[in-house]
Amino acid sequence: MKKIICGKVACNEAIARDIYKMQIQSPELGQAKPGQFVNLYLADKSMLLPRPISICDIEEGCMTLVYKVVGKGTKALSAYKEQDDIRVSTPLGNGYFIEGEELEHHTCDYRGKKVALVGGGIGVPPMVLLAKRLQEQGAEVTAVVGFPEEAFLIQELKGFCQSVHIATDRGTIGFHGNVLELIQEKEILAQEYFACGPKVMLRALSQWCQQQQLSCQVSLEERMGCGYGACVGCTCKIKVVTEAGVEIQQKGVCKHGPVFFGEEVAWDA
Amino acid sequence: MRKLDLSVQFAGIEMKNPVTTASGTFSARDSGQFYDIGRLGAVVTKGVASEPWAGNPTPRIGETYGGMLNAVGLQNPGADAFIADELAYLKQFSTPVIANVAGRTAEEYCLAVEKLSETDVAMLEINISCPNVKEGGIGFGTDPRMAAEITRAVKSVSKKPILVKLTPNVTDITEIAKAVEAEGADGISLINTLLGMKIDVQRKKPVLANIMGGFSGPAIKPVAVRMVYQVRRAVQIPIMGLGGIMTGEDAAEFIMAGADVISVGTAALVNPTAPVDILEELEAYMEEQGFKTIADIRQAFQG
Repeated sequence: MKKIICGKVACNEAIARDIYKMQIQSPELGQAKPGQFVNLYLADKSMLLPRPISICDIEEGCMTLVYKVVGKGTKALSAYKEQDDIRVSTPLGNGYFIEGEELEHHTCDYRGKKVALVGGGIGVPPMVLLAKRLQEQGAEVTAVVGFPEEAFLIQELKGFCQSVHIATDRGTIGFHGNVLELIQEKEILAQEYFACGPKVMLRALSQWCQQQQLSCQVSLEERMGCGYGACVGCTCKIKVVTEAGVEIQQKGVCKHGPVFFGEEVAWDA
Repeated sequence: MRKLDLSVQFAGIEMKNPVTTASGTFSARDSGQFYDIGRLGAVVTKGVASEPWAGNPTPRIGETYGGMLNAVGLQNPGADAFIADELAYLKQFSTPVIANVAGRTAEEYCLAVEKLSETDVAMLEINISCPNVKEGGIGFGTDPRMAAEITRAVKSVSKKPILVKLTPNVTDITEIAKAVEAEGADGISLINTLLGMKIDVQRKKPVLANIMGGFSGPAIKPVAVRMVYQVRRAVQIPIMGLGGIMTGEDAAEFIMAGADVISVGTAALVNPTAPVDILEELEAYMEEQGFKTIADIRQAFQG
């Protein structure tokens, strides 16, 4: 059974402007797949809905979340102190397809495979756990990460990646431009791409991968209600092959995603 | 000491307790990952139409102080898929199923009711109150004549008891309640969401793609309690009360106002185990108050 557990905040600190790293400890925390998320339930009950946050890293009993302060909920989250109790769900959603069931068009054998992890802004955190798992599976991992001007989680990524390339919109660090321009300019070629970030970035990368006939997995974002499939608030349009041909279906980002193959997503529908 | 007896008879169905889920906030497989569905008195499933509906564009969800907005627009897979999937899955539980039915026209409601009448569902809840559907939905629920017409139409084709779900977006809720009772409704559920709106003042745009949506959560509870109280005094048929129930004491408040059973909606999005938590809290409240039955709660009310 999935459950809501009471964790203890082990640290909650700013690691860049408006970007916070929170570590939550609980003996009930198990494992997570890269790309999964958790719901954080705020103590302030006037803010009813949980805040879904992607998992940056998880080890036995300790989970790391890196989030951006964008509104009242994440502002309240940033005020949590060490030793505070916090209610958190066990991991939700489906992560990146990197283990388990082999799909018709996709294999999960990463031994010796070149992979590129592409993160944009607050889409970078889930790349840390993904890099760790892919490295464990014997992949040759490269990260390409983009930020407006200030980078974060670079050291963590370097621990699991053979190389980390940084792009900034304003050229303050690394490449001046976006991640796709960086990939094209530096010819950062891989057999498979994994991405999380703004929709415009995911769409551009996904379309480029399709042109190159390369596999691409993207983690989508949508405003969620419950985060577990009950409210059907967070839908996205996905192309599904049926007996009648390809049809566009609405899938729940929280339940069927947040990760989909780039070619499945009906970006403009 | 005599054990608590939470069982209730509701419009002809036996329920082991008065706690149900509210349509639109319950999905058997997803909600059932957090608690044992078999513990509930009944479940009310998501709105289903005779054919699949795509619903509204995203963003569909917004949060307000003590409440939330949704403009899902009754996205559903259609009655056939619902019967083959959700209902088939729910068969393993001993909990009665109340299927919520949506439509754009009287014919569409009737078609879905006919299909669902042939299944194991215990009861049908006719949604004439969704604020997110332009045709049908709330249009039927705000006019006593049209509410009566839909009730008459579905009663004529249904083999199951009919619960009519009313909208609070009316001047006099009792008029609508009396109209559906007169046409043979077996029960009434109220309230559905209030029509609401939120503007993001940073982006200077509505939060919902649909601009307006259904407002639910604890912020609407006083409106719901008032309407249950008014309707209880206007009709004889049973009432399912809902609207912002977050705790066992909230459930007791609805029962005192006149509800026979209660539904938990938004609370289950805020806390996935809310329906069973509220059931346990209601039991604790009854023990604390020395109540043995649900009728004891109602009879204790001195309003």
